[in-house]
Amino acid sequence: MIHAPNSALRYTLLALYLLFTVLPIYWLVSLSLRSNYEIASGFSIFPSTFNLDSYRTIFGDRAWYSGYINSTIIVAINSCLSLLVALPAAYAFSRFEFTGDKHVFFWLLTNRMTPPAVFVLPFFQMYTALNLFDTHIGVALAYLLFNVPLAVWILEGFMNGVPREIDEMAFIDGYSFPRFFITVFMPLIKSAIGVSLFFCFMFSWVELLIGRTLTSVNARPITATMTRTVTASGVDWSTLAAAGTLTIIPGALVIWFVRKNLAKGFAMGRV
Amino acid sequence: MKRTFEAGWFFIIPVIVCVSFTAILPLMTVVNYSIQDIISPERRVFVGTEWFRSIIMDQELRAAFVRQLLFSTATLCIEVPLGIGVALCMPRRGAFSSAALVLLAMPLLIPWNVVGTIWQLYSRPDIGLLGHALSLIGFDFEYARNPLHAWVAVLLMDIWHWTPLIALLCYTGLQSIPEQYYLAAEIDGAGKFDIFRYIQLPKLRSVLSIAVLLRFMDSFVIYTEPFVLTGGGPGNSTTFLSQYLSQLALGQFDVGPAAAFSIIYFLIILLISFILYNWMRTLSAAT
Amino acid sequence: MAKIELKLAHTYSTAANPSPDDYALVQLDLTFEQGGAYALLGPSGCGKSTMLNIISGLLRPSQGRVLFDGRDVTLLKPSERNIAQVFQFPVVYDTMTVGQNLAFPLRTRRIEQRKIDARVSLIAEILGLSSDLNLIAANLPADMKQKISLGRGLVRDDVAAVLLDEPLTVIDPLLKWQLRQKLKEVHRELNVTLVYVTHDQVEAMSFADKVIVMSHGKILQVGTPEELFEDPHHTFVGTFVGSPGMNFVEVQVRGGELFKGDNPIGTAPDLVKRETSSALKLGVRPEHVAIAADQTGVEAKLKRIQSLGGYYLLTVDLYGQEVFVRTDRPDHLPEPGAPLRIDVLGPYTRFFKNDIKLPFGGHL
Repeated sequence: MIHAPNSALRYTLLALYLLFTVLPIYWLVSLSLRSNYEIASGFSIFPSTFNLDSYRTIFGDRAWYSGYINSTIIVAINSCLSLLVALPAAYAFSRFEFTGDKHVFFWLLTNRMTPPAVFVLPFFQMYTALNLFDTHIGVALAYLLFNVPLAVWILEGFMNGVPREIDEMAFIDGYSFPRFFITVFMPLIKSAIGVSLFFCFMFSWVELLIGRTLTSVNARPITATMTRTVTASGVDWSTLAAAGTLTIIPGALVIWFVRKNLAKGFAMGRV
Repeated sequence: MKRTFEAGWFFIIPVIVCVSFTAILPLMTVVNYSIQDIISPERRVFVGTEWFRSIIMDQELRAAFVRQLLFSTATLCIEVPLGIGVALCMPRRGAFSSAALVLLAMPLLIPWNVVGTIWQLYSRPDIGLLGHALSLIGFDFEYARNPLHAWVAVLLMDIWHWTPLIALLCYTGLQSIPEQYYLAAEIDGAGKFDIFRYIQLPKLRSVLSIAVLLRFMDSFVIYTEPFVLTGGGPGNSTTFLSQYLSQLALGQFDVGPAAAFSIIYFLIILLISFILYNWMRTLSAAT
Repeated sequence: MAKIELKLAHTYSTAANPSPDDYALVQLDLTFEQGGAYALLGPSGCGKSTMLNIISGLLRPSQGRVLFDGRDVTLLKPSERNIAQVFQFPVVYDTMTVGQNLAFPLRTRRIEQRKIDARVSLIAEILGLSSDLNLIAANLPADMKQKISLGRGLVRDDVAAVLLDEPLTVIDPLLKWQLRQKLKEVHRELNVTLVYVTHDQVEAMSFADKVIVMSHGKILQVGTPEELFEDPHHTFVGTFVGSPGMNFVEVQVRGGELFKGDNPIGTAPDLVKRETSSALKLGVRPEHVAIAADQTGVEAKLKRIQSLGGYYLLTVDLYGQEVFVRTDRPDHLPEPGAPLRIDVLGPYTRFFKNDIKLPFGGHL
């Protein structure tokens, strides 16, 4: 490449930054492979053995692994609902003009920007009143507030890139709207749907405050479960580290699978 | 060309219903609480703006607000140039670019509480790689006891967590510059700095507006990561707005001030996002 | 100012022994004379952009040399070669004004300000940008931006050649014509060598003094627009140039007469009287097919008459093959479906063996 300046310097700096990124993660995994005794008794960069006890604890203890299961269920419900609701809306914003459309769009975005803390109290009261407290669907519904606007924003951006002629051709060819949408349109915005799911997953998987507020035992997501590992005998570092490592794995897998579309997806069709 | 199609409203009804249910109802509740004094379920007194006045007077709140501003500004000032720098250093194509992208993006997909946990485990002087290394060179890093150290820890954590977002957005922006711009610059005899200033930076500007908007918003409402790392301490030196609000709302039974503050908090965000959103629209309309 | 010579071939393949098919540019020896206006004409993928990038230095030929005024510049970077290149879409520095854009290549070479100002106003004058020098480039329409791109190339007075890679692609049709005129003006005033790459034969023919027709990495013919029109050396040139292109009829010679299959065409001219090849084609342009009077020529059937504003295009069925005829005079024409006598043998009729014009035959 003609214009790439001074590759050696660039790659050295990049390597340093990536090291900065990776070290804390390495440390997490490294601690998870040691027993608490080993952690407390002395400091070493590498674990002395490959100790999987903490992982066994997690897989064996219902209080722990139910957290993962709950999080997964919540993410799944929320992602489906978010897409179901966002797709038609994004289509409307992209293809049609109607009174107040720009204002509704902005209003949607403002919801994404609301401090979750603001909703803590009203959510708690509302969901309790509706008997949705400590249910998966309750948390999934609550997360819609944040994921739907983002999904609409991402999808609309991508949809704008699909020429309207395609819609018109399909209608001229006699497609009904549902058939057009499912068989013609959606394959064209595959990557947008993928990116939206990615962000829905990302938010729902990582959120703590609302998840903690709206659940107690049955639907407790892993994020909330993990923040309660302080016991009388001190913090169970090893198990904590193992639990943390386990939560990273789905994310790492997701990035790995979408890596080719990563840059494109982040453009959200708008760059 | 868009068709004017009032029936388009049908398409967005599900979205409006959804978001209204999850947003408007709670907000109405909050507004309700903010203008009443609920002495008991039967006795509610309309108090107008009294809660608002009292909460604005609240020293704790003001302190938290100042801390929040400091935090959001500091992180933005560091994350943006760093993100641009990382994006410029990323390989544009080849086998390494995929691997570099994956490594770069990893912090973004880690649950926020785990981010806090990671930095706890990393920064503690007894068991943490960073903490221990610092103590080896004579630097006693006690983020649990020293407010300054706590701030450093929280800042480092946020930078570690969110710079990748800026870097990825900028990287995408840089990738979208057609090769011909670089070729033309080569023919014009432009140097590396000229290329950055006249070709790359203008492109980055429109991308950065998205990035800055997202980051400022999210950092202004940050809760989980600092809560897990420092718990807001030592004392309340790292207690930012969201944590203070949730303490108010759930800790005491005084929902009035908490509700009033919620409204104010929300309005601040709304105002800033409105400004930034419009700024973003004008920027992208210009290019 | 420079005479440019290319003696090279190019393949993108990195194999040790690339096959002939891998060559984007087959071995060629081409000279661009100083001050000439050349067009590289051909369909997509024919190698014209490759050649342009080799001239500019953005691409190094896998074998051979590039010479500017006899000097070997093959290994020199574009900025060292005194060329300017205009791309398919406008490339301007958005944050600078028009004037700053034009001045930029001179500023990077540290020319003194007085000279810069003089040169910028000269070029702006020629391109019609004088009144717009203070406008920010970002918001200008595409045609103005292309002018700026062109201007940046012309502003250096040591420019040897200006290379244009399909520069009118994103321009509105009305403005295309204006820009082409501008280019010709520029050429006249500044006496620079211009090499213009295009797949549009109208553009090529209206712009260039000499057109180089290419296909699949090979140069098929170099000639003036008239030469290409009246005397194509290859059936491809015949088809590609002209709208519609040349008509081709497969013919055989038997006993001094031309036949299409079993149908007579007419007496074979001396050139092909003794041709026994089965790959013989008769080529005649729609403009040169005569509507025969009375019993001369051959009988064909008129299928369609299209009025194309100023002239008429007839589609004629000659023994099962469509032949186009172009005429200015629609009178005396029968109705579509009726027989029409046409004469395909005339002074501009050409013959091709294995697609190559006789008497060359064999290889080009």
